Amino acid sequence: MSENVTVRGQSEPVGRRLDNRKLGMWIFLATEVMLFSSLIGAFLQAKAHSPATANDALNIPVAAINTFVLIVSSTAVVMALSSIEDGNKTGLRNFLILTLLLGATFLSIQIIEFAHLLREGFTPSGSLFAGAFYTVTGFHGFHVFIGLLILLWLIPQAIKGRLTSAEHMRVEVFGLYWHFVDVVWIVLFTIIYLL
Amino acid sequence: MTDTQHRAFIRHGATSWRDYFTFNTDHKVIGVQYLVTSFAFFLFGGVLAELIRAELAQPGTQFVSGSQYNQLFTIHGTVMIFLWIIPGFAGLANYVIPLMIGANDMAFPKLNAFAFWLLIPGAALLLLSFAVGGAESGWTAYAPLSLQTPVGQTIWAISLQFIGFSTIFGALNFLVTIFNMRAPGMTLMRMPLFAWSMVATSIIIILGTPVLSGALAMLAIERILHTGFYAPSAGGDPLMWQNLFWFYSHPAVYIMILPGFGLISEVLPVFSRKPIFGYKLIALSSMAIAIFGFLVWAHHMFTSGMDPLLRVPFMITSMIIAVPTGVKIFSWLATIWGGKLRFTTSNIFALAFISMFVIGGLSGIFLASVPIDIHVQDTYFVVAHLHYVLFGGSVMAMYAGLYYWYPKITGRLMSERLGKLHFWMTFIGFNITFMPLHVVGLEGMPRRVADYAPEFGRLNLVATLGSFLLAASTLPFLYNAIGSLVRGKAAGPNPWRALGLEWTVSSPPPIHNFPAPPVVTRDPYGYGERVADYPLPAPSAPGGN
Repeated sequence: MSENVTVRGQSEPVGRRLDNRKLGMWIFLATEVMLFSSLIGAFLQAKAHSPATANDALNIPVAAINTFVLIVSSTAVVMALSSIEDGNKTGLRNFLILTLLLGATFLSIQIIEFAHLLREGFTPSGSLFAGAFYTVTGFHGFHVFIGLLILLWLIPQAIKGRLTSAEHMRVEVFGLYWHFVDVVWIVLFTIIYLL
Repeated sequence: MTDTQHRAFIRHGATSWRDYFTFNTDHKVIGVQYLVTSFAFFLFGGVLAELIRAELAQPGTQFVSGSQYNQLFTIHGTVMIFLWIIPGFAGLANYVIPLMIGANDMAFPKLNAFAFWLLIPGAALLLLSFAVGGAESGWTAYAPLSLQTPVGQTIWAISLQFIGFSTIFGALNFLVTIFNMRAPGMTLMRMPLFAWSMVATSIIIILGTPVLSGALAMLAIERILHTGFYAPSAGGDPLMWQNLFWFYSHPAVYIMILPGFGLISEVLPVFSRKPIFGYKLIALSSMAIAIFGFLVWAHHMFTSGMDPLLRVPFMITSMIIAVPTGVKIFSWLATIWGGKLRFTTSNIFALAFISMFVIGGLSGIFLASVPIDIHVQDTYFVVAHLHYVLFGGSVMAMYAGLYYWYPKITGRLMSERLGKLHFWMTFIGFNITFMPLHVVGLEGMPRRVADYAPEFGRLNLVATLGSFLLAASTLPFLYNAIGSLVRGKAAGPNPWRALGLEWTVSSPPPIHNFPAPPVVTRDPYGYGERVADYPLPAPSAPGGN
């Protein structure tokens, strides 16, 4: 056994396995999993205490189209990332803009759908099911909205060419977030509309 | 760090006192910001506690109405938990963790500053809820009561969202920092135990706090939009609140104690001049607590009408979780056993922590047992228990840490005489306040009521008198902490002759901590192994293990 040696002046690379930002995003997504678990648990509880016809008011075809839109947007992020990995800055820019448009489409359809439902009397205070529906889809929609804000921050960087094949961690980390939001929607679509 | 293109409003490092009031990305500045802010809330929560004790000094209602009393204990509990113990430990950890692991800063300095500044609107909203009135359903905010209270309850729920975000971002930062920013040679099994405890704490925060966020969001939504999640009248389920709340809030008690465990593991070896006993067991038992902590929550709900069959597994898991805690207690006892103890203020707080926490831990095992819990549910026995772990445990540990690292943070030594005075007033005042509550609790005095039966009067008066001593005990501490900034003797880099990396740099440390990354060859607990002298001798032989 020797003493606790803290030699100065020697430097060697710190043994990192993952980039800080990437590890940070994975941990953040763990918190998101727990947040949505609590909300989805509450939704399932509300659904169990509601009549089986509670989701009849919902428009399944519209939600299915919206699901498709969001999945395509995830593909667009994958394409954006693979573009910049190859150094294709134009591809990055175009695919990020496509992601933005698709995400905005999703959110717009959701808002129109909400307005329609509210006019039909499907209000948050109307039934336990409706309250849980607006809460859980609203939280998801808010996450899409945050994703759009991040895109509005990323796209100017892509246009100015600041993101390169060597340094594009921001795109990758954003992709993790966006895919997560996409996966949450697929779960929500299944349990809200299909089950 | 690559982030050098700071914008104008972002500062890094402190050169004058004004820098402590800025959006500052230096972990040391943020640590001090957390500590000072949270200590101010400790004092505020203490004032509320004194008002509670004053009301309880005699049977009958003297000073406050029932509703005001309800607000007092609601805000007292919320402030002490969310604005004192959790951010207080976050402050200590912010200051010392990067130093302890040989890093120049946290992994995300801006996020770190953001997390601190999120506390401010959170705290402001919490105070607003108190001013508006209505947050009067306890810090547990059980539905449906929390659905029927006035508007302050909504503000209360929203304020906790800010504080929760602050905690989550802080925990995320600690995890990435500890995993990725360690100095060369510092393997996981050479990390200081305080860093291990922050890993466990942060994992609990990451997995637990978002569930509270979800539950609180639904509480706020229900109060505003009348959705009915927790309202039986609308088909909702009040037990869902309890399940979600305790899924966070039971693990949260480990959020509040694990940093203390880590801190004690730093202090005891230094002042015993002995290596820590059972390093691996202490480190891994923290992780065991982090995992088991998520499997015990329903022991808070034994009398809630939950399925009686489910009580048994929760009773068993609650008793099992005492095992990793017991492992630590005996490791600490073995650490001080036969050591050359130095009774510095920091060390006597650490020793008091062990004894007080054992009392609280043992009453916790009582409470885990279903028959006893049914008897003492919602009595002062629970209040006595939780204050023995949260004050006798967490706050004693916090003081041990503050006395231990104050010289590092300020470059000055605190007065040991005032420190001893502070300790004895705290220790005696604490025990006079809370020991009698075990008795009145077992005799059936219900908690959270402003009035009580006359036969509990005498012991309540004792408790109230003790609480005044406890309140007074903060005065010598404040006088010492503030006065020593000016009058304290220069501490030098390593006043305790400790072996951690934080003691190899000047006090206070330079803005970027280490001129060059330190290289680590073993854990920092080699006391008594021929290295008791400071400064550290040059390496004579390459390190073993």
